Amino acid sequence: MTIKGKAYIAGVFEHPTRLAPDKSVAQLHAEVALGALKDAGLSREDVDGYFCAGDAPGPGPAPMAEYMNLKLRHLDSTELGGASYLAHAAHAAEAIALGKCDVALITLAGRPRSEGMATGTTARPRDPNQPEAAWEAPYGITTANGYAMCAMRHMYQYGTTSKQLAWVKVAASHHAQHNPHAMLPEVVTVEDVVNSPMIADPLHRLDCCVISDGGGALVIVRPEVAKSLKRPPVKIIGAGEAVKHLSGGTFDLTTSGAARSGPAAFAEAGVAPADIKYVSIYDSFTITVVIQLEDLGFCAKGAGGKFVADGNLISGVGRLPFNTDGGGLCNNHPGNRGSMTKAIEAVRQLRGEAHPAVQVKNCDLALAQGTGLQLATRHGSTTLILQRE
Amino acid sequence: MARKIPPPAVTVESRAFWDAARGRRFVVPVCTACGKAHWYPRAICPFCASDKIEWRAASGKGTIYTFSVMRRVAEPYVIAHVTLAEGPTMLTNIVDCDFDALAIGQPVSLVFQETENGPPVPMFKPVK
Repeated sequence: MTIKGKAYIAGVFEHPTRLAPDKSVAQLHAEVALGALKDAGLSREDVDGYFCAGDAPGPGPAPMAEYMNLKLRHLDSTELGGASYLAHAAHAAEAIALGKCDVALITLAGRPRSEGMATGTTARPRDPNQPEAAWEAPYGITTANGYAMCAMRHMYQYGTTSKQLAWVKVAASHHAQHNPHAMLPEVVTVEDVVNSPMIADPLHRLDCCVISDGGGALVIVRPEVAKSLKRPPVKIIGAGEAVKHLSGGTFDLTTSGAARSGPAAFAEAGVAPADIKYVSIYDSFTITVVIQLEDLGFCAKGAGGKFVADGNLISGVGRLPFNTDGGGLCNNHPGNRGSMTKAIEAVRQLRGEAHPAVQVKNCDLALAQGTGLQLATRHGSTTLILQRE
Repeated sequence: MARKIPPPAVTVESRAFWDAARGRRFVVPVCTACGKAHWYPRAICPFCASDKIEWRAASGKGTIYTFSVMRRVAEPYVIAHVTLAEGPTMLTNIVDCDFDALAIGQPVSLVFQETENGPPVPMFKPVK
C-alpha cells in the first residue's frame, strides 16, 4: 500500500495579508479555504474531508466545519506545530486512497502579529499535565533560545559558522525581492545578518523568521477529480513523518526528525535527493534549514554550512533553489507555522507559476519539508515529495 | 540571577523529587531493572518500560552539552543542556557565570535556585 499517485494537489491559496487586525482567525481560515477551492475550480459543496491543526479555533475541526458550513465524512486534526500541514496532505492522500473522501480541504490561519505576540522570545503557555512541563518551564526555554542551542552545538561539532548560516537568509532575501507580498523584500548581505542584533547566541535577528498574520490552504483530490479540472496537476508521490524527542536524556541536537521522515518519503516516491529540482524547507531560523538539508541527504551530515554558502540556495545561481517566495525568513510565517506556505510555493514551482525571476526551469520534482514545535526538545518532522505530470 | 523563576508544576509522579529538592538534595531516577538513569523523571523507564524506578542521590556534577544566552529580554539568562555524571542530559540554566566565558564541554556543578512560591529547581554554575 502506498499513497504514490493516489492523490493530487488541485488548489492552493496563500492569503495576501501580513497584518490583519480587522479579521478574525475563523474568517482568515474561511478566506483561505475559499481561495484554494476557487484556485482548484471546485466549490464548498465538493469538500467531504477537512484537516486543521492547533491554529484553528478548536477544539479540533468541528468549530471551523460549522463556520464554513461544510458537510464532511472525514476529519483529521493532527497537531505537529508548524509541520502539521504536510502531514495533513499525506493523511488526505491516505484517506483518498482508502475511499474515505474525494476532496480534502486543509487550512491554516493566524494573527500573532496583530495580537502582539512576542513569538520567539517568551515561553509558550503549557498545560501542567504535559509530562515535561516541570522540567522545562522554569528554565525559560523559548523558540529562539531552543533553536539557538541547536545552532551552538552544530557549530561546536561541525565547525559551522555564523557567516554560513547567514547565507540562508541572503538566499531567501534574493527571492523575496520579487514577491510583492513579502514582509522583508530588501536584499541583504552576509554582513547585514551577522551585524544584526544578537537575539539568542549564536542567532541574530536576521537569522530568525518574521512574525506575520495570514494563512494558506490546500485542496487535495482523487485522480479522477484532478483530471476533470483545468489547473496543472501536481501529484503526491511520497511522504514521511516523524517525531524526534529527547529520548530519556540521550540525544543529539544536531540531527532532526527529517533524518527519518526524509528517507521514508524518498523510498515511497522512488526518487533520490539528486533528482529534486526545487525544495521548500521550513526556515523558522537559518540553522533549521542547514540541519534539515543534511538530514534529507542533500549533503553530508555536518556539511550543511558549506553547502548553503556562496549562494547555493539562490534560484538561477546555486545548485539547489529553495524557498523562492522568500520563505519564513522574508515573506511570511502565518500563525507562526511554516509548512503550509512551503507546500504552496512547491506547487507554484511545479505548475510553472512562480515569479519568472525565480522559476526553476523544467521543475518536475519538488520536495517540501516541515519541522514544527521545538528542535531543542521535541519536534514533528514532515516531508512531502510532489511531481508535475 | 534577576529573572523570576516560575515554580515547577509538581505532580503525583514527581513529588518525591521536589520534596528532596526542598531539602537541597538532588536525586535522579534510576531503573533497577536495566540500571540506567533517565531524564526528565518518570514512573516508567523510557529505556526498558519497567516501573522499578528509584530516586538516587546524584553527584551534581556535569558538563555543558550546549547553551545559549538569551539577550533580547530585560534580564538576560543562559539556557543549557547539561550532561550529568550519572548519564542523562537535562535542560537547565547556567547561573553565577560570565556569559562570554561559557563553552560547550565546560564542567559545571549543581546549585538549587529559588522559585516563586514553589520548590527550588536544579541549575548549574561553572566549576571554578
